[in-house]
Amino acid sequence: MIRRLFPHPYLSAVLVLVWMLLVNRFAWGSLVFAVLLSIAIPALTAPYWPDRARLRNPVKIAAYMLLVLMDIVIANVQVAMIVLFKPNRKLQPAWITIPLDLHSPEAITVLAGTITLTPGTVSSDLSQDGHALLVHCLHAPDPESVILDIKNRYEARLKEIFE
Amino acid sequence: MELLGEIIVAAMLVISGIFGFVGSYGLVKLPDQMTRLHAPTKAATLGVGGVLLASLAWFFFFGDHPSWHELMITLFLFLTAPITGLMIAKTNMHLTWNPEELPDPGEDRNWATFGDSADSSLMDADPEIGQDEREHRE
Repeated sequence: MIRRLFPHPYLSAVLVLVWMLLVNRFAWGSLVFAVLLSIAIPALTAPYWPDRARLRNPVKIAAYMLLVLMDIVIANVQVAMIVLFKPNRKLQPAWITIPLDLHSPEAITVLAGTITLTPGTVSSDLSQDGHALLVHCLHAPDPESVILDIKNRYEARLKEIFE
Repeated sequence: MELLGEIIVAAMLVISGIFGFVGSYGLVKLPDQMTRLHAPTKAATLGVGGVLLASLAWFFFFGDHPSWHELMITLFLFLTAPITGLMIAKTNMHLTWNPEELPDPGEDRNWATFGDSADSSLMDADPEIGQDEREHRE
């Protein structure tokens, strides 16, 4: 019964949480409505989202988010330093290709988003069959190390969460 | 307690101001379109984040009750910022880069925007955008 009402418990939990935070003030009525939404939305969207990703290791999501938040702060300072103090002619922008070990579209989306939000990199495109990401670096004297860094730091962790 | 709150709010506002300024300055200073994309996508995240944290702290110290909308704004911002960046990057790739200039996509034949499925891209089909206009290095 519970499983049929909540086929995707994490999605439902996130929906309840987001609704309660949007309401901004605790009331039992809102909680009831949030639970109704968390039953209705997964059921209504199921036909448009076949093969939903199963999270293998949801506890690690919190750790991953903390890591990314820390990196965003560091990235901001680094990019600010480059913008303010590095003359344009010393700048070495580069395109790099990151071969992907991840297969689920959800995991690749999270990885691409993370890359855009963190140190001097913007993910620009996916290869035709989803085996590689095209990433633009603001300043990369050593592109190989950037690839290794992204693979070890983010992709390995996402692989643990999703696959 | 009141003083501590004011210090935190003020510090957050100053930090966000600095990063917002650096993001805008980078937009002017960096040499070409792809590098310009980096300044606003990154520096602006902390710029906006600082204002939101300041608001969160203000409601916590001086408001009637804590406010959670700022957390939601941060979440939605982090969900949408990479999409905007991706769209701008792809548009720019079509306008000012040749597919040959990009690195090899490895085992697949092409990048998704330039592949077979993307043959009918409106911007590439436009003969008005000639070779001389694909000049991206200043």
